[in-house]
Amino acid sequence: MSESKSNNGALVHVERVQKVFHRGSEDIRVLAELDLQVPAGEFLALMGPSGSGKTTLLNLIGGLDRPTNGTVTVGGERLDQLSDRALAAWRARHIGFVFQLYNLMPVLTAERNVELPLLLTHLSKAERQKHVETALAVVGLSHRAKHFPRTLSGGEQQRVGIARGIVTDPTLLLCDEPTGDLDRKAGDEILNLLQSLNREHGKTIIMVTHDPHASARAARTLHLDKGQLSNGEVK
Amino acid sequence: MKFLHLIWSNLRRKKLRTSLTLLSVVVAFILFGFLAAIQEALVGGVALAGADRLIVREKVSIINLLPVSYEARIDRIPGVDFSTHQTWFGGIYQDPKNFFMQNPVEPEKFLKIHPELILPPDEEKTWLATRTGAIVGRRTAERFGWKIGDRIPIRSTIWSQADGNRTWTFDIVGIYDGKDKGTDTTPLFFRYDYFDEARQQGKGEVGWYTIRVKDPSQAAEVAERVDAEFENSPAETKTEPEGAFIQGWAAQLGNIVFIVAAILSAVFFTILLVTGNTMAQAVRERTGELGVLKAIGFTNTQVLALVLGEACLLTVVGGVAGLGLARAITPVVAEQLAGLLPLFFMPARALLIGFSLSVVLGLVTGIFPALMAMRLRVADALRRM
Repeated sequence: MSESKSNNGALVHVERVQKVFHRGSEDIRVLAELDLQVPAGEFLALMGPSGSGKTTLLNLIGGLDRPTNGTVTVGGERLDQLSDRALAAWRARHIGFVFQLYNLMPVLTAERNVELPLLLTHLSKAERQKHVETALAVVGLSHRAKHFPRTLSGGEQQRVGIARGIVTDPTLLLCDEPTGDLDRKAGDEILNLLQSLNREHGKTIIMVTHDPHASARAARTLHLDKGQLSNGEVK
Repeated sequence: MKFLHLIWSNLRRKKLRTSLTLLSVVVAFILFGFLAAIQEALVGGVALAGADRLIVREKVSIINLLPVSYEARIDRIPGVDFSTHQTWFGGIYQDPKNFFMQNPVEPEKFLKIHPELILPPDEEKTWLATRTGAIVGRRTAERFGWKIGDRIPIRSTIWSQADGNRTWTFDIVGIYDGKDKGTDTTPLFFRYDYFDEARQQGKGEVGWYTIRVKDPSQAAEVAERVDAEFENSPAETKTEPEGAFIQGWAAQLGNIVFIVAAILSAVFFTILLVTGNTMAQAVRERTGELGVLKAIGFTNTQVLALVLGEACLLTVVGGVAGLGLARAITPVVAEQLAGLLPLFFMPARALLIGFSLSVVLGLVTGIFPALMAMRLRVADALRRM
């Protein structure tokens, strides 16, 4: 994903995006004419009350959903113009996801969970293993590689989730309430890790949260309410 | 292959459920193996029947006898190479459960018309020289530990000797083998001349004739000529190819192929529901996980293939285990059924058909859950975590 293809130097360019969900005969407008630009290398926090559209916006940027109107461009790629198949391949190459509930496969060990995105590449088994070890080392969980999720603490599971998110070295890391299910101490560790990925490894991170403590770690915070963004303070 | 670990791990998620489903598939395929063996035992001989052989029996029923004088008349019919006869002896060796076939035959003609029976020349020579001589198939000889030179008493349920004694004594002069695996090597054959002279009733009558035709392509015409020859006689005939005769013999038990097909259809339909339900449940339970796979880049087709692979792995592992067990057990059962179903074995083609069936079963049971998984929208699936 070359920066030269991006709009105005921004890695993520969301323009006049609307998202309407249909529930029976009722139309629910979640995002309304929303604009957003995220430069490469930024750590952005999206805050807002429940139902404000934070996760919906994250899904649109991650290519998990399509806008009702408007365009989403990431790294110069118009996501709304990609087929489902092309979008899946694009996600595999460019996006790392971190979920609130970790979303690990309970039947796989930590290292096999981390390996999952690499199964979609042409890497050999040995190369995949090398990448997995590196990712687990980055999140400080090399010693728990052979453990199943049920034997790991919440914080450890989330670190496995982050290792899975970064193992393909994606351009953009999308985190949906990454500390929402953790206690303060474990949450801080995860935020430290995200901060370090942003500062030391140059990862662009967009994090959805409703926790001001978490958003304080981001370089910029935007507030989403009633489908519209309002600027927060740039640190 | 790199996805195999993922597929296998998913199957191990609910070990009890997977084990029970697997067990039901294994049992279904053991049953498949047994039914294939039964079918082989009853109608398998049709495939091995000589294309150049016709069987002539009494028109109304096989249990009605035909005059021995027909042999010369049959031999004169155009297209007939030669003919010979057999008669059902219905004997018991020691115990009724030791059932096997014994028939009086004309040795030279019998061996000539049945080249699939391999008898060493010196044993054939002895048979021709021994009036009370009998040859027995390898399987029965091994079953009862008979060897050449033994005198075997067999009590007929039909035929008495002149003095009223129903126990006949035969000298084992030869042990024959089969040319093919499917050749029945359980019967005992003894000399008709000894039998006809010694029996109390039915002298000059035989059970049925076997004809060798000169040209197999003319078999139907020859059969018509034979039946025309004996039309309006006290013992009219029905002539048919040997394969049809064997099939008709098995048909006395009913339409075996239909019965086997009906049982298997019922069994596999049940398995279809059981396995289909397992797979559907498995997909429903991990909707969120499938959403995660899609989120990290798995395409809809890859998710479809994963679920289908899981269903196929389940049915193929169960199928192979079931077929393997059936293959291992049938020889043991065959020993117990040696007399009743001499050709009871699981043919190689049953393995091939069984394996294909296990793959088809996997595809059919997996397709709907797989389509369900394929159509999941990522954002919706993730919401269900």
